[in-house]
Amino acid sequence: VRVHADRDVCIQAGNCVMTASAVFDQDDDGIVVVLVDDVPEDEQDHAREAVKLCPSQALRLAL
Amino acid sequence: MTQAPELPPLHMRRDAFDPTAELRAIRETAGVRTVVNSFGMKVYLVTRHDDIKAVLSDHVRFSNGRPPGFVVPGAPPVSDEEQASARAGNLLGLDPPEHQRLRRMLTPEFTIRRMKRLEPRILEIVDAQLDAMENSGPPADLVKHFALPIPSLVICELLGVPYDDRDDFQHRSARQLDLSIPIADRLQLQRQGYAYMSSLVERARRQPGEDILGMLVREHGTELTDDELIGVASLLLLAGHETTSNMLGLGTLALLRHPEQLAAVRDDPDAIGPAVEELLRWLSIVHSAIPRITTTDVEIAGVHIPAGQLVFVSLPSGNRDPGFIGSPEILDIRRGAIGHLAFGHGVHHCLGAPLARMEMRIAFPALLRRFPGLALAEDFADVAFRSFHFIYGLKSLEVSW
Repeated sequence: VRVHADRDVCIQAGNCVMTASAVFDQDDDGIVVVLVDDVPEDEQDHAREAVKLCPSQALRLAL
Repeated sequence: MTQAPELPPLHMRRDAFDPTAELRAIRETAGVRTVVNSFGMKVYLVTRHDDIKAVLSDHVRFSNGRPPGFVVPGAPPVSDEEQASARAGNLLGLDPPEHQRLRRMLTPEFTIRRMKRLEPRILEIVDAQLDAMENSGPPADLVKHFALPIPSLVICELLGVPYDDRDDFQHRSARQLDLSIPIADRLQLQRQGYAYMSSLVERARRQPGEDILGMLVREHGTELTDDELIGVASLLLLAGHETTSNMLGLGTLALLRHPEQLAAVRDDPDAIGPAVEELLRWLSIVHSAIPRITTTDVEIAGVHIPAGQLVFVSLPSGNRDPGFIGSPEILDIRRGAIGHLAFGHGVHHCLGAPLARMEMRIAFPALLRRFPGLALAEDFADVAFRSFHFIYGLKSLEVSW
């Protein structure tokens, strides 16, 4: 599973970092950075939760 | 002089911690109903979790801006010029892309990493405040000694506002959002706040300090007007006072009423993270997100809403929607209600959320460990809630230890 982040849409709420810190980070401006090419199996639930929670709908899962 | 109403508008009514049965009834029946806001205007009240998320995600059809000529009934006339300068820099009154331009200037100051760097300083502030509280009681007013000064000191330092001026700006911020105060008086307080912030902006233009105002002047000084700087800083000062402080006061009272959960927050370092999220959900101190205006005809929960109508979303109702979470009326700090709407949703999601979370995660356990015997020193029935305030909370809370 891969995850795609739209950095133009991101509003830097940081919820994804709180939810799945192994998958997401923020750069110095607070904008989302995806840390992994392929989401490890044991992080997929966290990543899915982060996608669902993102206030600006900047995240999307891709198989 | 306008007479203060006996009851606040429906979406603000509470029974101690809980939203009223009327609000639940709307959620369980039509989902959306027209009600009357504090200015006597008809508004559409949205009450279900998913519908609220849909409204807040859709800034195109549900706008934070106000069309030309939009006036609030009962408000004294204000010149176009004054209105424009009062609106500048107010992120909550803007839509993308203008909103995003300003928000992006501020977000580097509120990243999770930046908050981690602030942690030791917040710990110091909390400890010093607890020392002062210990020396002044028992009993002591928890709002005055703990809930208000901690977030106030933090936002003042961050922003570059002299804490010595607090009597004036705390007085203003507490009254500006209080519906029982006549609108003309509130407008006057807003003008005073504008004049005060304007003096701080002028100083920062001359001598930018190591704070948010100084950063904005140094890094964005040429692209921001004085009105925008004043607007941004005034919003941060107001938001920094009226949100976390109410969570700290009301949250402490909620824990005192749930002693087993209080003990867990005090004794188990892993409990506080989820506890903060659950307190945010269960208390939902912001009654409604900034009212949206429909830019076109829309339908929510099967209810038709024409263009140009005001839409309120009830955050407490959405956070207690059984469609979102099981046993929503019960406070259970172990579940860490992920996905709650207490910070809003969409592009206006609370900018200060990481700061608010950090302050609460430090302050609640520190308070409970300092005073393991913390107890209410007044009858629960006598506790003074802020019933007419845009943001729910406590006026005061007498405690002993």
